[in-house]
Amino acid sequence: MNAPIVLEASKLARFYSVHRGAFKPAATIKALAEASFTLEAGKTLAVVGESGCGKSTLARLVTMIEEPSEGRLVIGDTDIVTADKAALKRLRSEVQIVFQNPYGSLNPRQKILDALAEPLIINRKEMSAADRKAAVLDMLKRVGLRPEHANRYPHMFSGGQRQRIAIARALMLSPKILVLDEPVSALDVSVQAQVLNLLVELQESLGLSYLFISHGLSVVRHMADEILVMYLGRVVERAPREKLFEQPLHPYTQALLSATPMADPERQRERIRLKGELPSPFNPPRGCAFHPRCPLAFDKCRVDRPELTWHGETEVACWAVERDARVA
Amino acid sequence: MPADRVVSPLPVAKAPPGPFVAFFRDFSENRAALVGLILLSLLVFVAVFANFIAPYSPYEQFREFTRIPPAWVEGGNSAFLLGTDEIGRDMLSRLIFGARLSLFIGLSVVVASMAVGIVLGLIAAFAPGWPSIVIMRAMDVILSVPSLLLAIVIVAIIGPSLTNTIIAITVVYLPYYVRLVRASAMQEKTRDYVTAARVGGAGTLRIMFKTVLPNCMAPIIVQAALTISNAILEAAALGFLGLGAQPPSPEWGAMLASAREFLQSAPWIVTTPGVAILITVLSINLVGDGLRDALDPKMRRS
Repeated sequence: MNAPIVLEASKLARFYSVHRGAFKPAATIKALAEASFTLEAGKTLAVVGESGCGKSTLARLVTMIEEPSEGRLVIGDTDIVTADKAALKRLRSEVQIVFQNPYGSLNPRQKILDALAEPLIINRKEMSAADRKAAVLDMLKRVGLRPEHANRYPHMFSGGQRQRIAIARALMLSPKILVLDEPVSALDVSVQAQVLNLLVELQESLGLSYLFISHGLSVVRHMADEILVMYLGRVVERAPREKLFEQPLHPYTQALLSATPMADPERQRERIRLKGELPSPFNPPRGCAFHPRCPLAFDKCRVDRPELTWHGETEVACWAVERDARVA
Repeated sequence: MPADRVVSPLPVAKAPPGPFVAFFRDFSENRAALVGLILLSLLVFVAVFANFIAPYSPYEQFREFTRIPPAWVEGGNSAFLLGTDEIGRDMLSRLIFGARLSLFIGLSVVVASMAVGIVLGLIAAFAPGWPSIVIMRAMDVILSVPSLLLAIVIVAIIGPSLTNTIIAITVVYLPYYVRLVRASAMQEKTRDYVTAARVGGAGTLRIMFKTVLPNCMAPIIVQAALTISNAILEAAALGFLGLGAQPPSPEWGAMLASAREFLQSAPWIVTTPGVAILITVLSINLVGDGLRDALDPKMRRS
């Protein structure tokens, strides 16, 4: 049985117009184009891609920090593009975010108690100060911190503790969806595991849905139910986790997988090395954006852009995959 | 004997030093700033308790003791420590009451220009488009006129008095605060914690004053400390030109102006207010420099 859908995006896009100097016309960057996906209650959707592929833009759209340029974004049963102000205000507390850098995401002049109580002061005006404090202390306990931490300032904590505080703050409004924007990539490896375990625990006990953004597949392996692979603002492959790790279809996904280190010296793998750099988003390549770096590219890739098509349980946008499927 | 041994209490976990303790440690490392702070505290004390410290009223004229030199000079009178001025008023008492005036001017200018500057600067930072353009260009206009000239023009328009001096100098110093606040607010508002507050539902006003402003305060406080001394100087200049506090009041600049013609015959009437201005401005600047060193993380040595 499928869980209820808490988030649905269809053809979501975000364009930025950028001034390149006094004598050049403003350029439009398509940071995100035609992103479609759904997130089910209690599940984790991972978004993977290298820097500049639009995954953080996606996070900013889903948390309503920015508005989409095109497309539809439905949270719960409300479309945020057409929703009125009151509905938007209510939706704000449904989606919260944890940022990558715990050193920048906490206000240095705010005690932990005040930082965690602030969302309650704004959104639950009827709550008494004593209730708020109790809620804060309870949340601190949930994320593995002690009550006496409440009266300290962020600079007195380590990176891992700060990230726990950031998670606690995001959970204060009991959201249904938590956007995790590379929540562990700024942390030490040993601390990464602790924070990931905490996130798994919290997901189980609170029934949260995660949109987990990451630049590598190794972190996502233990968390995700479904994985979106993005390249230059577009989704290139979408698959359930086991499927993606066992049988990656898109050449970019294959390259990402082969770049993921594995703790098994016996296992021999073919390393796929990508040549060249990520193309400039000002001037994306014609056809498939990946073709200049793709080992499988052929004539059609340089002219036409592939659309996402179904191959079994996987959705993939690649001409080479389609050609092989037709031959087989 | 072991039985006598008192079980020492468990060491109480010491909280890490708060931001204020750390700040004071950094501040007192700077000797000059410490000297400045002591001088300034003395001045503030004298200004606050002027009524009890000053031997005479600053307006009382001792007709038979005009232009008496300071007590240690030949012909001095121990009743008038720093001598008397051209109409027999006690210099020491006038200087003490003048300290009150000068510090009051400096403080009110700083408070007024800081308050207005913070509001305008935050608006400029958070409302791009025409509010920002209007505010910043107005500040550019104020900056393009020499400060003393602008103060003179404003006082000439609204009339010479102590209050108007304060208003004029406030306007002169406004642009520095607006620019400073706008620059640091623009920098702070791109940080993740501001976005986090917005996702938590905070409105623009709350983000402006409760989230961003406390993180911009350090440079503003330094600017405030340095502005006090400049404001005192400008007020003295306006007083000297006859546009500030009006003659009977013991404002240091006005005292300088009225004693100008006695520079040859009774130099103490001119020099003592000058020295008072010098000491005040110097001590405030030393404290300001110390504040900057202690509050600016880039200058902090660890």
